Amino acid sequence: MSGTFVGMPAFPKNAAKAVQNSQLRFNLRKATHTIRGKRAAVVGELDDWAELREAGKAIKDHTLRNLDRYLLQMEEKVTEAGGTVHWARDAAEANRIVARLVKETGETEVVKVKSMATMEIGLNEALAEEGIEAFETDLAELIVQLGDDFPSHILVPAIHRNRAEIRELFLKKMAGAPKDLTDEPRALAEAARLYLRQRFLEAKVAISGANFMIAETGTLVVLESEGNGRMCLTLPKTLISVVGIEKLLPAWQDLEVFLQLLPRSSTGERMNPYTSMWTGATEGQEFHLVLLDNGRTSVLADKVGRQALRCIRCSACLNVCPVYERAGGHSYGSVYPGPIGAILTPQLRGMDTPLDRSLPYASSLCGACYEVCPVAIDIPSVLVDLRGKARHPRTEKAGMAAAGWVFNRSKRLAKAQRFGGRMRRLVPKRLPGPLSGWTDTRDLPDIPAESFRDWWVREGGADGRRPAVPPVGNLPQESRKK
Amino acid sequence: MSAAAREVILRRIRSAVEGAPEAEIVRGYRGATGEPGDVELFAERVRDYRAVVHVVPRAEVAATIAEITGGRALAVPEGFPSHWYAPSEGETDGVISTCAVAIAETGTIVLDAGPGQGARAQTLIPDYHLCVVREDQIVPNVPDAIARLDAARPLTWISGPSATSDIELNRVEGVHGPRTLEVVIATG
Repeated sequence: MSGTFVGMPAFPKNAAKAVQNSQLRFNLRKATHTIRGKRAAVVGELDDWAELREAGKAIKDHTLRNLDRYLLQMEEKVTEAGGTVHWARDAAEANRIVARLVKETGETEVVKVKSMATMEIGLNEALAEEGIEAFETDLAELIVQLGDDFPSHILVPAIHRNRAEIRELFLKKMAGAPKDLTDEPRALAEAARLYLRQRFLEAKVAISGANFMIAETGTLVVLESEGNGRMCLTLPKTLISVVGIEKLLPAWQDLEVFLQLLPRSSTGERMNPYTSMWTGATEGQEFHLVLLDNGRTSVLADKVGRQALRCIRCSACLNVCPVYERAGGHSYGSVYPGPIGAILTPQLRGMDTPLDRSLPYASSLCGACYEVCPVAIDIPSVLVDLRGKARHPRTEKAGMAAAGWVFNRSKRLAKAQRFGGRMRRLVPKRLPGPLSGWTDTRDLPDIPAESFRDWWVREGGADGRRPAVPPVGNLPQESRKK
Repeated sequence: MSAAAREVILRRIRSAVEGAPEAEIVRGYRGATGEPGDVELFAERVRDYRAVVHVVPRAEVAATIAEITGGRALAVPEGFPSHWYAPSEGETDGVISTCAVAIAETGTIVLDAGPGQGARAQTLIPDYHLCVVREDQIVPNVPDAIARLDAARPLTWISGPSATSDIELNRVEGVHGPRTLEVVIATG
């Protein structure tokens, strides 16, 4: 139902368009600043935040290092508890497994809890092709689904929609929406409650993801706010959970770390309203766990990039990112937007498209994302590493090679500087052709008549004398405007 | 097919992490204390979620519940102490339950489907949930709760009423879960 990101243009083009949308910028600014403040307040309450963060990082690193062992343990424990475990190498395989499991129940409708993994593999579209309709039950996901739209934030997928738009959407697309529906958030939430309640009570099959899996006990953990998760996880007869293999934690005790890190980083609450934990087939249900690779093992193989797999999808990095705040989630062309998306998407999908190649550049490298990350993912370092791995245009490579040749020898640099100084009045303010990409958004620095090094030598600095203050003409402030 | 996928994924993992350094887990954070939790802090933190909280001596629990419900019929899960509230006939509009553990620092109540708590859906479908928490069930923090709970049981952690902030980040209480959460804390 919702569209796909295939064929989207590169990040700069998307971002340039997004920043023109004043409504979007207003929504994003308000939202990100609100959550940012709440997060800072509840994180500040815990004196041991730094230690929790350190432990969170180490637990994830340890799990990833021993992932094969813990996955096998998880499989064993889930099977012992009456569940069935399936393994999926890629999106297509996962989708086939889920479609088959749903068909075996004889049902043609399923309810879904918000899940990044199923969004990533395009499960809803795959099920639709098999004649199975999937109903998203998270309010924001419902808004995205009804609007045939893309999510734009990990936690608040419909962050780009305002109340008036949501009201319009509900009136147009939601069966049974009251004609006199107002745009009050309370009224809109109530309309969704009524619309979905019947679906919950009738649904025989539910599909979820999970925030954590505990290898030691075979337990799955889902954190949520609305109660749609509890509905989906408890009411239907059959429950299918599609979970990325990196969501694993070794021990039950490890939850004491992550149940503190995640809610505080994510919604800025001491605890989210509801967390469900279950082990295998529970209260008479049939339970299937689909373990999903879909590119994760290739991320794991990258020494620098593998830390992205520590991510617990809290979205704190989105909320502090100056680029995300202005460009919005859609610009990233992936279900994973923001700084984490900029390092995860190119690694999961590869850098074959211009969009995926442009993502490592969707950052000013300010480092705010690293600072707030509850599992200390050094996003700036991964971005820089990915930039090195991305394919670069031939002209850029030639330019860099030329610059390298000049800078490599001081004599070459001095010659180039003298030449530049003589030609300085001829240098245009805007560069021509493909180079205009640089000067469209930046001023070219003024070239001084005399380079610092030449001035230093002329004033005898090299002979141990103390040069006088350089003539004004040599200072950068002296611009060509004069 | 699945067996092949399993082998392929395991093989990919093993070759991906080959030679990677082991990570040592240091737990420098505050762990489980084993001490009782602070009743007042718990009450305050639950109120922060806009839930209604009553703190009463154990002997007054029945009277408090009677006053709160005012003759209104609530569903009663099996094993709920009958001297606190006895099920009445007819249509119910809400549910009353006990809990397994409560966390002072986060204002969280944990249900584990034990006596007086019912199956998970029982405290989910009704629009009103009244939960009785005994003082000795309150622990200081999250690590204490994890230490006390049994992972083999179905667990539901509840922190305030159901809520969403999906529309322009305005908090709306009550989407699919109970819109009203009321908590009676029995002291002593």
